[in-house]
Amino acid sequence: MSTIAEPLNRSEAAAAPSLQDAIQFVWAEADMLDRLDYKAWLPLWTENGRYIVPTERDVSDYDDRLNIVNDDAEMRQARVKRLLSGFSMSSAPPARTVRTVSRFVPVAVEDGAITLRAAMIMVEYKYERMRTMAADVVYRIVSTADGLKLDRKIVTLVNCDDYQHGIGYLL
Amino acid sequence: MSTDFATLVRDDRVLTPMYTDEAIFEEEMDRIFKSTWVWVAHASDVPAGNTFKTSWVGREPVIVTRDKQGKIHTLLNRCRHRAASVCEKRKGKASVFVCPYHGWSYDVDGTLRKVPHINGYGEGLDTADYSLVSLRTEEYNGMIFATFKDDIQPLVDFLGPAKKWIDLFMKQGGGYGVKTLGEHRFRFPGNWKIQLENTTDAYHFPIVHKTFLDSLDPEAENVFQVLAHGGWVEDLGNGHSVMVMIPDLIDLEENLDAPIPQRFEELAKELAAEGMPDEQVRRVVRAVGGSGFNLNLFPNVACSMAFFRVLRPIEVNETEIMHVAIGMDGGPDAANRMRLRLHEHFQGPMGFGTPDDAEGWERVQRGARAGQDLWIMVNRGVDAPEGVAAPGHNAGDVSAETGMRAAYQMWKRMMTA
Ligand code: FES
Ligand SMILES: [Fe+2]
Repeated sequence: MSTIAEPLNRSEAAAAPSLQDAIQFVWAEADMLDRLDYKAWLPLWTENGRYIVPTERDVSDYDDRLNIVNDDAEMRQARVKRLLSGFSMSSAPPARTVRTVSRFVPVAVEDGAITLRAAMIMVEYKYERMRTMAADVVYRIVSTADGLKLDRKIVTLVNCDDYQHGIGYLL
Repeated sequence: MSTDFATLVRDDRVLTPMYTDEAIFEEEMDRIFKSTWVWVAHASDVPAGNTFKTSWVGREPVIVTRDKQGKIHTLLNRCRHRAASVCEKRKGKASVFVCPYHGWSYDVDGTLRKVPHINGYGEGLDTADYSLVSLRTEEYNGMIFATFKDDIQPLVDFLGPAKKWIDLFMKQGGGYGVKTLGEHRFRFPGNWKIQLENTTDAYHFPIVHKTFLDSLDPEAENVFQVLAHGGWVEDLGNGHSVMVMIPDLIDLEENLDAPIPQRFEELAKELAAEGMPDEQVRRVVRAVGGSGFNLNLFPNVACSMAFFRVLRPIEVNETEIMHVAIGMDGGPDAANRMRLRLHEHFQGPMGFGTPDDAEGWERVQRGARAGQDLWIMVNRGVDAPEGVAAPGHNAGDVSAETGMRAAYQMWKRMMTA
């Protein structure tokens, strides 16, 4: 763990998820995505959760920019339906992926919520070819009566403002 | 070069090495991309004096600049001293480009302004001989093209009947004018002509984009049943063509009385609540939905329903594509936001459409490793509906491969010139 985290606001941290629980949650999510367990992934989210993959770094308002993904609950649902439908050539099957998430830094602890940033390194394989991808990922994870939920996930690829190849799975 | 290019292209088919042969690719870069008008930018990418955008003409990196007088320049992004690139930013503002290596500085029109320690050349360096190489640059309705050739026809003549379709496409400005809002970039391991073909390929749409169609409300899904509306493909000359998929959406300033589609109801309400008069709401909403056609401009750009598609050949089997999102310049935020969300829905590396297109094109390239003596068939098509195409233009039904045949005939013309 890094010790150079930004200052935490601990005053209202009482009900916030612990760092350790949040990390376990992130790892479980990463595992789900590598296993294409998208049906289990959908209920990980809060109702107003946003899943964002931007095309620029250091953006504050994603809604006024073009993103690779900017999903609310409805779009996530539609995306998962599409990926699992068997009719999308790029995801039936998708590239195989193996990802790790680490270098966690807690950036904010609020009432009932913790925000982390982390590094994701992923390798995908399809058609005789391996590609490496890297991203800075921000997670906002909240405590609910239903357990921990993902409220925000922003996956900023290291080369987000350059070209990608088609991505037939979830980041 | 020993290949007889004419033998690779027949009226209704092209030979497989068109996708796979490196030597052919090298010749294309010269005989096509260095010999015709190539799209480099939209006017809104360089909105004011001393703004720039980096771009490409074929494989050569360029800087598109607008000087203080408003004139647009396309400059090779290569220092005249010992070749360093002088600009590595996507876009921005600059009144001077300073080479990072030895500090030669250039005005935005390419003129060499200053050479550090110029006395080291004795009397021997006339700065007038060392401007950044400036390409001939012309613009039509916001579309900026550049060419290495000083002796080819003016851009407006090159575009010819395509101009009418550019004008129709730009009605997506909804009365505000068109502005670029951002871009998706992606590559696929395949030849550039596979993408060129695809822009006038309605045939693949219901198959490849089934999951996109399934994600729409029933009304929108019906609109995107592109084979079902009596559309057509029309050869516009010089390799250009238009594929009309939704005839009702050719002219976005017509049919403003039609009921507002369900998916735009919320936006219409929001605009009305902001005090926008009903007629303008209808105009903006209709513009937000985009045009019902793809205009394919040979060799590298398309006005594709609601965005610009720009292709860049990288290698014989690698192509980069930009999907440029567009919106209304100074138009309502809510409308532009919706444009962005609609663009994200289909386009880009994780859109509901693009990854499947990219996969399909990759499969073409993979398949083309077999059977170098086999033909790629572009013979599909029956007559266009009566009276839809301009008199004298070759046209076929919406799923006809007429546009591909037009592009390949232009390819043949240029490669054998
Ligand atoms: S290479 Fe540009 S100044 Fe020397
Ligand atoms: Fe497509």
